[in-house]
Parts: sequence; C-alpha cells; structure tokens
Amino acid sequence: MMTMQNTAALVTGGSAGLGRALGEALAARGARVVLVARHAPGLDEAVRAIRSRGGEAHAIVADVADKHATYAIAGQAAALVGPLDVLINNASTLGPVPLRLLLDTDCEDVERALAVNVVGPFRLTKAVAGSMVLRGSGVIVNITSDAAGEPYERWGAYGASKAALEQLGRIWAAELGQTGVRLFTVDPGEMDTRMHADAIPDADRAALADPARVAERIVALIGDPRSAPNGARVIVRADEDVAA
Amino acid sequence: MTPACTYPERRDGVRLLVVDPAAAAVDSARVSDLPDLLTPGDLLVVNDAATLPASLHGHDAQGNAVEARLLARIGDNVFRVVLFGAGDWRQRTEDRPPPPELAVGDGLRFGTLAAHVVAVAPVSARVVDLAFDADGAALWAALYREARPIQYSYLAHELPLWAVQTVYAARPWAFEMPSAGRPLSWEILLALRRRGVGWASVTHAAGLSATGDTALDAALPMAERFEIPQATVDAVAAAHNRGGRVIAAGTTVVRALEGALELWGELHAGTGETTLRLGPGYRPRVVDGVLTGVHAPGESHFALLGAFAAPPLLDAAVARAERDGYRTHELGDVMLIVPGALRAAWPANSRMNVASRILVDRAPRGRSAAERRSNSSAAVLHA
Repeated sequence: MMTMQNTAALVTGGSAGLGRALGEALAARGARVVLVARHAPGLDEAVRAIRSRGGEAHAIVADVADKHATYAIAGQAAALVGPLDVLINNASTLGPVPLRLLLDTDCEDVERALAVNVVGPFRLTKAVAGSMVLRGSGVIVNITSDAAGEPYERWGAYGASKAALEQLGRIWAAELGQTGVRLFTVDPGEMDTRMHADAIPDADRAALADPARVAERIVALIGDPRSAPNGARVIVRADEDVAA
Repeated sequence: MTPACTYPERRDGVRLLVVDPAAAAVDSARVSDLPDLLTPGDLLVVNDAATLPASLHGHDAQGNAVEARLLARIGDNVFRVVLFGAGDWRQRTEDRPPPPELAVGDGLRFGTLAAHVVAVAPVSARVVDLAFDADGAALWAALYREARPIQYSYLAHELPLWAVQTVYAARPWAFEMPSAGRPLSWEILLALRRRGVGWASVTHAAGLSATGDTALDAALPMAERFEIPQATVDAVAAAHNRGGRVIAAGTTVVRALEGALELWGELHAGTGETTLRLGPGYRPRVVDGVLTGVHAPGESHFALLGAFAAPPLLDAAVARAERDGYRTHELGDVMLIVPGALRAAWPANSRMNVASRILVDRAPRGRSAAERRSNSSAAVLHA
C-alpha cells in the first residue's frame, strides 16, 4: 500500500460517510489527519476509530459555511499537523429533505447550499492553497455529484451549488497550473451514506457503493500525480475511475 | 507621518519607498512595482507564520480584569505572556492600568479557558508563563474561540483574524502579523516568479512589537523561535552563487536567517531560537536587502534599518516619506532597502528618470484576457 507518511491532510465533513472513510484511508497510509465537522459527537467517534487503529487524527468542530471559522480551521489544522499537503472539500448539504421542487424551495435554502457547498470550499482553499503554492506542492480535492450536470428534479439548490463548485475548481486549476499545486474534482457516485438515505430513502442499499472502497480510490488518486490531469473531473467508482 | 488606521481595499494597494544604498538614492513607487525593482536571480524570503489570535481577555481569581498577550510558546500548553490591566485595545497600552500582581500558582480565566502561572519572568512581573488547562486540539480550539488578534490603538476598527494573515500563511507561530509580507498578493508573487525572482520561506514566531512599558520594551524582541527548511538553505546558496541578492520580507526573516548563522556558524536546515538584535552596528551576512514597514526615527524598528542603510540615506528616506504622505505602522506603506534597486528597472536611464518612470510611466502589465484563457486551458490539458 502506498505510504502517506509526512503528509498532513484536512477533510471537511469528516464525521460520517465519505469524509470519515477518507480520513480513515489517509490515516491508514500514515497521513496526519484533521477532520472537520459541525457536531462533536460523531467527529470524536471518527477520530477515536482512527486512533484505535494506530493512526493520527484530530477533530475541529466548525461549520465551513461560517466566514469567521475559515482561518480558525486553517490555523488549528496547521498547528496540529503542520502545513497542509492535502485539502479535501467534502462537506456538503442537500438542504431540507425530502428534496423540494425549485418552486417550493426557500431562497434561504439556496443561500445555505451555496454557502456550504461553494463559498465554504472557496474560503478554505484560499486560506490553505497559498502555503501550498509557496512550498510548490499540494493537492486539493473537491467532492461533487452527477447532480452538477444532470437536471434532476428536486435537486435544484444542491445541483446548482455543485455545478458552481466544479467551475470554481476548473479555474483554480488553471490559475494554479504551473505552481505544483494540483486540484481535481471527484464525482464519487451513489454511496451507502446517511446523505444518500436522506435524499433517496427508498433506495436499494445493496446497489450502493461502500464509501470505504470509494475513499480508497480517491486516496490513490491523491498519491499519484499522473492519475488525473490538473483540473480534471474524475468519476470515481468502487472498481474503476474515469477521468474527464 | 501618520499611521494607516484601516486595512487597504487591496492588500497590494500600498506604496513602496525604494531605498538604494548602492546609489545612495531614494524614490517612491507602488508595491506592485516590486517585480521591476528586483532582478532575475534574486531571492525573496518570506515568513510563512500565520498569525494567532494572541490577545486573551479575562480575570484573576479576585475578579480583576486582565489581558494576556501571547509572547512565545515555551511548552505544549505553556505560553509566555505579557499582562495588561483593565481596558481594551482602543486605549494606548501606555495609558492602561497595570495588571494585578500575580505569583506562581495563581489562576486566570479567559472565558472557557483556564490557566495558572508557572513562572514570573525576572525582566518584569508583567511577563509570566501561563500553563493552560487544555492541550492538543482542545487548546488550539479554545485559543481560536477565546482570543482575538492583537489590535492597535490607532485603528479605526477591530481587525478580524483574516485581516492579519499573509497570503501564504501556514502554521500559526506569529503573535503579531509579520506585517512586511502583508502587501504581497499572489498577483505580485507570481509576477516575481515570471521575472525570474525566486521565493523561499522561513517560519519565525514574531513576538510583540511593543507593550507600552518602557523597561519591557527595551527588552524586546525577546528570544523568538524559527525554523529554516532545507529548500530555503539551498535557495539562498543558489542565489548567492549566481550573484543574486537575498531579500528578506520583514525583519523577522532577517532575524531568522542571520540568527541561524549566529547560532550555528553556518546556514543549515533546522529549528532554533534567536536573541539576535539588529541595528546600525550589525552587518548582515545572509541577507542583502529588506522589505519592511515605514518607520519613523525613534521607533525601535527604525534602529534595525541601520543594518541596511547609512544614517544620511535613512534621513533622506524619512524626509521623502514625510513629504509624500506615507502611512506608517502595520497596515501602512512599505519600504524596500536593496542595493541597486533603483537601477534594476531601466538600467539605461539615469536614476531620476528611472524614478519618474516607475511612478508614472507604467504600462498595463500582463496578458490579454484571451491569452489568459487559452493559456489556462492549455495548463489543464498538458498538466
């Protein structure tokens, strides 16, 4: 297994689902991991699970949508694990569930989706990427969804926010092109997570991917600079990846 | 000169006083002119320390108000602090009442964060070592929750945490902003690289610049921790080998690089603590020039500049800054002292022509939007 010793990584939305699995996969390879989430209980449990397997993990309780939390997250993380080598913007919100038609969606819910899914990742990337550019290396991963491109009914706020995140990612990658810092956007597909259950409660769970297997593939992408071109949107499935 | 009391709209929207000791000349420019004032082969070394919120307001066991400003981290959960009495940043520190006298074992509480005194410094009873009752992630979370960035009494508004960070900040080692690096935007840093000027970094735990207590201020700066990475050691050697100049973005960078040399006899990678004091008698051996704030005679920082330029030239620089209305202090304009700086941009011209062209004859730099876009997509495809 590829080693990530001497790698400092921050994962938002780290208390559950894909974020927690990413934290575990990074720590299993020796990375020093910081997990960020809004609620302490689930986050502490995720950190305990990593430590019980001999990994290094730390918790920061914060809301990525809170403007005043940005530099506190970046500062605490760097204090705990050193300058960050990997940032995974995984935290995201669907908005109220069951999902609603746009005509029934409150404006505030669209604002909240943009704050969590677009502006939060922008702020955190801005706070972290400068030190990566100075050092000439670093990897940023934004987690997206096929709802960014497909006009699924009732996924308006979420889908629009992910489309914006993807375009932001392409421009980040263009601007960071020659600096040694890579950014790519990952579509992890449908996974057996609480978020998926919230969105589609009657889904057949047997047909959904295990987030742990998807996380393994994403971490492999992070560790291999040749795996995906800078700025690429990568469709990651449990068994195969498609870079586009 | 007056202090800048607000944050500029653009971080790089400040002026640059250029002092060229080789030409014994001074001129006015913009900080965005920096790429033209340096030469391919030069190396800019920055301090990548992020700024901690380092001011804690609380009270002692008797309920007396106290402010603790972090000065140095000396253990996992132990910080050396300077204590202030009641009041806040809107008062000048010299006008603040003294803090309560504390002894070893005395407790303090800052919101949810408790601490007790583990040592009182010989230099002043106002300098104590505090052990906080939290460590690891819990301590950092508490500091970021309970503390604010150190403020300055001349400010119009309280500075939020984002306003005291440089664009390349990493580990939160600094207790006050390494402010000479504040005007450096990525627009400027990337233009420097295109020009052939390298970057490198040190991490230096910038401490307090002043406390308002004369005896204490005479002892500043106290010992400060620094770290020099191997990449920077190599970059400094390479710059000097090719005849380039090493330019420190801030006196904290000068202290780290020159302090390392004093400490170790050579520049190598590692972590140390320096008590180096710069001044007119000091001859820098690693650093050839400095980007620094604009300081007035009499300020402690002004004396440091004597290591880089002779008194008559510094007097001329101050006169020029006063005439042109330069702003001083942490959010103000900046000064570049580099030998040859005024000859770098247009070597064929006389000094005065260079200066006037720097000021007024600046054609728009950079590529057209179409070029930028096509280059951007190329970067994505070829990376």
